[in-house]
Parts: sequence; C-alpha cells; structure tokens
Amino acid sequence: MPEVDFQGSKFVVDEDGFIDSYENWSEGWVQYVKTQEGIDELNEEHRKVITMLREYYEKNGIAPMVRVLSKVTGFKLKHIYELFPSGPGKGACKMAGLPKPTGCV
Amino acid sequence: MSDLPKPNEFIDRIDRSIPRTGWMDTPIDIRKGMYCYAANPKSVEYVHLPNAHAWNPVEDDWHLPENWKEIIHEGFKTRLERFRSFKVFMDICVRCGACADKCHFFIGTGDPKNMPVLRAELLRSVYRNDYTTAGKILGKIAGARPLTMDVLKEWWYYFFQCTECRRCSVFCPYGIDTAEITIMGRELLNLLGLNIDWVATPVANCYRTGNHLGIQPHAYRDMLDFFVDDIEEITSVRCEPNYNQKGADILFITPSGDVFADPGTYTCMGYLMLFKFLKEKYGLSITWSTYASEGGNFGFFTSHETMKRLNSKMYAEAKRLGVKWILGGECGHMWRVINQYMDTMNGPADFLEVPVNPITGTRFENAKSTKMVHIMEFTADLIKHGKLDLDISRNDNLKITFHDSCNPARGMGLLDEPRYVIQNVARHFYDMPANTIREQTFCCGSGAGLNAGENMELRLAGGLPRSMAVKHVHDKYDVNTLATICAIDRAALPTLMDYYLPDVRVTGVTELVANALIMPGEGERTTNLRGEPLPGMEEEEE
Repeated sequence: MPEVDFQGSKFVVDEDGFIDSYENWSEGWVQYVKTQEGIDELNEEHRKVITMLREYYEKNGIAPMVRVLSKVTGFKLKHIYELFPSGPGKGACKMAGLPKPTGCV
Repeated sequence: MSDLPKPNEFIDRIDRSIPRTGWMDTPIDIRKGMYCYAANPKSVEYVHLPNAHAWNPVEDDWHLPENWKEIIHEGFKTRLERFRSFKVFMDICVRCGACADKCHFFIGTGDPKNMPVLRAELLRSVYRNDYTTAGKILGKIAGARPLTMDVLKEWWYYFFQCTECRRCSVFCPYGIDTAEITIMGRELLNLLGLNIDWVATPVANCYRTGNHLGIQPHAYRDMLDFFVDDIEEITSVRCEPNYNQKGADILFITPSGDVFADPGTYTCMGYLMLFKFLKEKYGLSITWSTYASEGGNFGFFTSHETMKRLNSKMYAEAKRLGVKWILGGECGHMWRVINQYMDTMNGPADFLEVPVNPITGTRFENAKSTKMVHIMEFTADLIKHGKLDLDISRNDNLKITFHDSCNPARGMGLLDEPRYVIQNVARHFYDMPANTIREQTFCCGSGAGLNAGENMELRLAGGLPRSMAVKHVHDKYDVNTLATICAIDRAALPTLMDYYLPDVRVTGVTELVANALIMPGEGERTTNLRGEPLPGMEEEEE
C-alpha cells in the first residue's frame, strides 16, 4: 500500500487515500486530509462531524449511515458537502480515519 | 464523477469500429475507471481462501505462486468433472453470435471482448488447448491457445466486467448460461487470490458479523431503532420490530444495504411499517435477526464454497428460532442463490413448513422446497385478498416505472408481482419498452460485486442501456420515479440517474407500499417517508 509523508509524519493509505487503520489516526492526518480536500480552515462544524464519526465508530465498528450523521450533527446533507467537498464518505469519514463501507451501498 | 465527460460526449466516445487485429492478438490493456481494486489480502485470508497476497492490477508482476499454471490447470479440470453444465457450456457453443449485442457492457463500451460469446472464448480457448484432442493437435486453428500471464490478466479484467445478469442467456439457442462461465472464471482466479476488494471485504465482513457491511448486533439494532423514531415522527406510530425472537411465525431476511444506505433505508422503514400493520391487524409475528442480517451473498461472486458458507446462516437461524418459514426482502442475487442453490447446498430444510400466508391461507407452492417467500409475492397476496388498508393518493405525485432486477426476474421469474403491487399502491405506472424489461431486463451495470467507486466509467457504460430505456418513459410520460427490488439497484441506479437523468429518483417498492399504507392509530400524515410533503400538503409544509 502507498505511503504518504506529511509534515514529518508517515501514513499508509489504500488506493482511495483512506488510512490503513483507525488506530493510526492523528491530528497530523486531519491536517493532511484537509489539504487533500481543499478545505481552507477547519472550523467547529468540521470538528463536530469528525468527533461524531469517531465516537460512533468506536461504539459500533462502522461508520454511521448518512441520515444518522445528519440527525446527530443537525447538518443537512447539502451542508455536509459544503464542509467536506468529497462528501460524507470520501471526505468526512476519510478525515476521521474510518474505513470506507463496501457491499450493496 | 467530476472527471467524466457529459453524457452525450460519453456516448459519442464509444468505439464501435472493427478492431484491426484478431482477438487473440489484441493485447490486454487494463484501463483506469474500468476495473476494481485488488482484494485486500486480510479479507482473503479471513475466509481461508488460497494465496492471499498484495498485488496491483496495473503492475506487471501479480506476485503469483511459481506453480500458478498448474493450480489453474488442476482447478479447471476439477470443475469440468464436478459441474456437468460447465463441461457442456465449454463444448456446445457454435459461436452463432446471438448473444453478442445483448450485453449491456458490450453496448456501453463497444469492446468486442464484452460480447458474451467472446468473454466465454477467453476461457474456452484454454479449455480447447488443455482438454480437447482437436485443440491439442490443431492449436490456434481449432480456436485453442495456451494459458499465459496475459491470458490470465484478460480473464481477470473481463470476468470482472460481467455482472452475471444472464440477459445473454435468454437469447442463446443452446441455453448456455454465460453467468456460469463467469462464475467459473472467477472461481479459478480466486484459486490464485485474484479477487476484487469490493467482493472480498464484504465476504469477510459477512463471515464475521453476518452481513456485508460488518454491522454488529448492537449497531444493527441501533439502526433499526433510528428508523422506528423517524417513522413515529411521520405517522405517530411506533413500529418496534422483534429481534431474534424465538417462536415467531416468520423470519425476515433482507440485504444489509437496506439498513444502511439511502434510498434503501426508506424501503427498510417500509418493511417495519408493514410488519407492524400485520401484527396489529392480524397478530402475525415476524422477527428480524441480528445474526442472519444479510440477504445478499457476495460469496456467490467468489466460489461455490464461499457462497455455501455465507448462505448457511439463513437456515441455521430459522432452525434456532423455530419459525415456520422465511420471508425475504427486496434483494437481487440472493434470490438466485436461494432458488438455484440453497435447498441442495444447505438444505433440505425439513424443519420448516411449506410457506402458508396465515392471513390469506395462500400456500406458496413455488417455495415448497426452499421455504422462502419473496416480499413481493407476500405483499401481492395480501393486496389481492384486500388485507391492506391503502390510501393510494399519497403516491399521486409519482410517475413510476419499474426496473426488473436481473436475478428476481431471470433467476426466479418474479415479473408480475412487483407490477401488481405498484399498480395497487399508486395510480401512475408506465412500463419501459418490452425488450428492456421482464426476462429481457437490462442490468443496472453494477451487480455481481461491481458497484465500487473506482470503476465508475465501466458502471456508467454498463448502465447506459437501462438509463436510455428510463429516458424513453421519462420523455414520453414524465416518469420521475424508478422503482426496483434489489439493494444493489438502489445503490447503483441513483448514480446512473444523477448522471443521465437527474430528475428521476430511485425507490424500493415497499417504500411505495408504506407511503400508501394506513397504519392503525396513525396521526395525520403530511409527509412521505423521506420527509417530503405528500400531494396536497405542499402548502402546509411552508
């Protein structure tokens, strides 16, 4: 799997740029995905989404469905796309260090 | 999808010219956008499949074991002996070409190796070379060629450009099931650890947690509970499901995509409402299982053994809970596995009863051996006997067409029931042209484990015929809703519609049923399950 070197930290990523393991997540990773996503400034709303995703994942071992993410954060899907241009999966979940879901999805 | 051209340009770009070289001499070109990522070795290892290893399709070296040719040769031989159909399909094709232009991938890509006849020849040529006298003596003149690394790569590339939809088989005068050839091709590739990740990881998840997404029991419950709250907001009725309930009448099994991904989640809410209705009105108890929590079976896209292992939980759970029979949700390939394999693979399920709908008395003779009934048959039966209370005006804003999901249509002959249900819960229904529906239905282009993100160009190409058929009824009748009964469809068709027909949305049929269903004790309904105003309620919303 490819490796990325960002500001002195090394991360192993898959083909879509998701981190190899939830355990290897760090603030450095957040900053790296921020540049990848083209986000200028991380605000409280970004942080709220990331925190919610990580808490849900720790409890359930899976990313929340989009409707749960919307309901818990109070952000409509459109707004989540404004925060994370690649969307809840390829943007927010990636930044939070979650694996991408596979199957009939 | 941002790097893809506009639909018209995409269609104009399809190369339909005659290739300059013969197919055996045309080198393999594994192109980005057309293939899925290699299987994560951890997932391959998890289900004890052989030769788990890291590899990359676009690199020269696929890191195969030294004796890979021997492994394939032996594997091929074993399967020719084990599966009579495979041997027959290898021998009898006369290359008439009746199937050639029936494949959605050939129509959408123009690549001759996507003609089902030629896809099969990729395998058949090696069969002739290794196992027939004519091929051994005459070689290329007899259509034979030896197995090389390039041939193997060609197998991999094109057997993962087939959705095993079986439209081509409908037109084969010999009845060759080309899907079975792809199934065998993939099985052989799996002997070398050459699966795709979109299949391998769901398989590992399913083996671990009972479903493709890897949802654990407490999370599964959490998700359904979320829907219960949402339904209460819309209808004022709490539709609490039964979980793992021993002694329930019926066990319900549906794809995990329905509990996780939109718009399948609305179909899932529909199931909850229907079951609550039947419990309140008729005392029917239906239980969900947090163990048999997956209808689909990506093992089917891997190998017979893997399919069998993943399927076994259905009967095992039915036995453990002591239900009478099993009800299956809106899933696609699950129904081919059930109708073609389950009974002999993990059955006979003698401990279950021949399914009878206790509310109507209907005996489902067609499910006599599998003991498993499709929710469309079940719902159609309830409607036919007047057992559902429906206000169909709630679907008046929808102009609906129906996409026959490949496997329920061609794998079990479920053609009329979904249409009957739709036409009894909504007023405006328009079928697509005859050669694109029912047993001739065009695939969504993303089945058999190909609904990943990285192969988007392939998916849009494969979905082109279906999308153009929807466009026909969209332009002619203003169709705005594409109904379907498969979770892969519900995941794949929205992507197709976003690209080709942005004002058409995708829905499961049970979502339509639940919108019309009058729940006992419900409050005034002002929105549909998606929280959008019902027809006539638009103003109150503002």
